[in-house]
Amino acid sequence: MKFVDFVSREAIRTTIDVDDKEQVIRAMASALLEAGRISEEQHEGIVEAILKREELGSTGIGRGVAVPHTKHPSVDELVGTVAVSENGVDFDSLDGEKVHLLFLLISPPDRPGDHLRALENISRQLRDDTFCKFLKQSRTPEDVWQLLEEADNNQFV
Amino acid sequence: MQSPIVKKTVAISNPQGLHARPAELFARLALQFESDVEVIREGNRVDAKSILHVLTLGASQGTELTLQAHGVDAEDAIEALVRLVESDFATDETMSQESPS
Repeated sequence: MKFVDFVSREAIRTTIDVDDKEQVIRAMASALLEAGRISEEQHEGIVEAILKREELGSTGIGRGVAVPHTKHPSVDELVGTVAVSENGVDFDSLDGEKVHLLFLLISPPDRPGDHLRALENISRQLRDDTFCKFLKQSRTPEDVWQLLEEADNNQFV
Repeated sequence: MQSPIVKKTVAISNPQGLHARPAELFARLALQFESDVEVIREGNRVDAKSILHVLTLGASQGTELTLQAHGVDAEDAIEALVRLVESDFATDETMSQESPS
């Protein structure tokens, strides 16, 4: 699964100025709402579900990357977005590093395969030092989108 | 005495596959051992102690993974990790929690 298949271009944010986990998750969900990918009525429920998932264990997967996510019946395909935090967010990651790159995913409950393939793609691409570094240095959503497209075209791995 | 290499193959039984939560539990457990531990899927080798690496395997239900450890506690590491996978990540509550009713 490619980035362009699940990342909502209009919901990418690079100017998120927050310092905790809940705020960044809220900001990303709001970006999806503004982009028309989730509805106003479902917004709060989705945020709560993602926060509840974080209580089970951090989705910080290392290298300054986190993948906050939930399943939610209100979406009929995988919906995702990306945020870049210049200052980093404390995420209780296993490696103790602050998180600078976030991929938020909302998947339909009956499509675990898509969710797994999105996680596989994110982790495989981010294993590449150059891609990971460039993405963290992105300061506009357009920069992020361009890098994601380049990664999709196998320019990093 | 040379440190042993221990190897064992397991299959993922979780219908959701080796998603973020099981990957975290797996890496967290692997980190408790001194030995180097790798997970191998069809020749693709990754570090068992990194969630990010484990997720790159994209292991869905039925996928066979070979776990290989090298070091003083290799035997214990493989035994513990195999047990975790075979128990279907016994502490995995993610899925029930993730699906709001």
